[in-house]
Amino acid sequence: MEAIVKKRIKQVIKGDQDAFGEIVEIYKNSVYQLCFRMLGNKHEAEDVAQEAFIRAYVNIKSFNQDLKFSTWLFRIATNLCIDRMRKKKPDYYLDAEVAGTEGLTMYSQIPSNTPLPEKELESLELQETVQKEILKLPEKYRSAIVLKYVEELSLNEISEILDLPLGTVKTRIHRGREALRQQLRYV
Amino acid sequence: MCPEHIIDLMHEYLDEEIDQENERILREHIQSCKECEAIFNELKKTVAFVKSISNMQAPADFTANVLARLPKEKKKVWIGRWLRNHPMLAAASLFLILMVGSLFSTWNQDREFSVSKQKNLVVKNNTVIVPKGEVVKGDVIVRNGTLKIEGEVQGDVTVINGEKYLASAGHVTGQIDEVNEVFDWIWYHMKRTVQETIEIFDHSETE
Repeated sequence: MEAIVKKRIKQVIKGDQDAFGEIVEIYKNSVYQLCFRMLGNKHEAEDVAQEAFIRAYVNIKSFNQDLKFSTWLFRIATNLCIDRMRKKKPDYYLDAEVAGTEGLTMYSQIPSNTPLPEKELESLELQETVQKEILKLPEKYRSAIVLKYVEELSLNEISEILDLPLGTVKTRIHRGREALRQQLRYV
Repeated sequence: MCPEHIIDLMHEYLDEEIDQENERILREHIQSCKECEAIFNELKKTVAFVKSISNMQAPADFTANVLARLPKEKKKVWIGRWLRNHPMLAAASLFLILMVGSLFSTWNQDREFSVSKQKNLVVKNNTVIVPKGEVVKGDVIVRNGTLKIEGEVQGDVTVINGEKYLASAGHVTGQIDEVNEVFDWIWYHMKRTVQETIEIFDHSETE
């Protein structure tokens, strides 16, 4: 896989956009998923994921070909997501419908002390619940948790993507896990 | 409240970084502490939940949309790929381009006037005249010039890339040939074009 990607990157550096299309095909799902779990909005996730690929294309010459391409790509995508999250913060309105969900308003995003109702055990609703709780995590825990459990990356890779020491990554994952446990314990 | 170091061990366990000794400590503690057991199970459940949501697909037109938003690619690459994808069309168009180009350029070069040497031929500028009443013996070859025959030529007349005028009084005993080298040029360029096309494809395949 990495060998194919390396070959395609060489073609992209020569300016071949079709070769880049193949790279997009390989990584589109994981990049899109990363953005969606970080942003919680399908439209925005697609926009940011596309932006990540475009940045990768434009800056492909600065990519160190001895490293793993996916690490570099995920780093671009994660940074774009974090930028987007910071920018859109003032746009939050409690009664605005949460994009990508039906009928969920920001009121439902506020943690409640009452246990979640039993019907949420059902798989689709469970997924929504988990997504909702991930979105409630502070951005620094959220990126670590998403990279670890949604993208299933190693701690070392996450440390490279986030440009943080391994110890910091572990702390963030621990805190993220703990926060999620508090919210999901009664599910 | 559960001891902090046991909670740390739980996270070490979940990071798959716990060593055997610590794992034993963790397990022994959990067996004796209901509260820690609950937290440990909740953590494991949380991880399972978060993992369970991981299978999203990008929208169907994602790649096309990305490619549409990319800056324009370099012409050289575009031409290179076009040649690879349409070899026949490429060969044909390349042929045409070179043909037309060469006919207008190369054909116009190399136009030196020359004429075979017979002493009674009269040469004026680029015109060769076989004067009235004269008899020229041997073959007459005129290259890139005009030949006017007013007298007699005892032999063949060849005009390459030029014109000949045979006056009514003029006479040629041998054959008259007008070779306009165009066809030779065409043949030459056809060979060259095919060769170049093959080279281009060889080159792109070895890339």
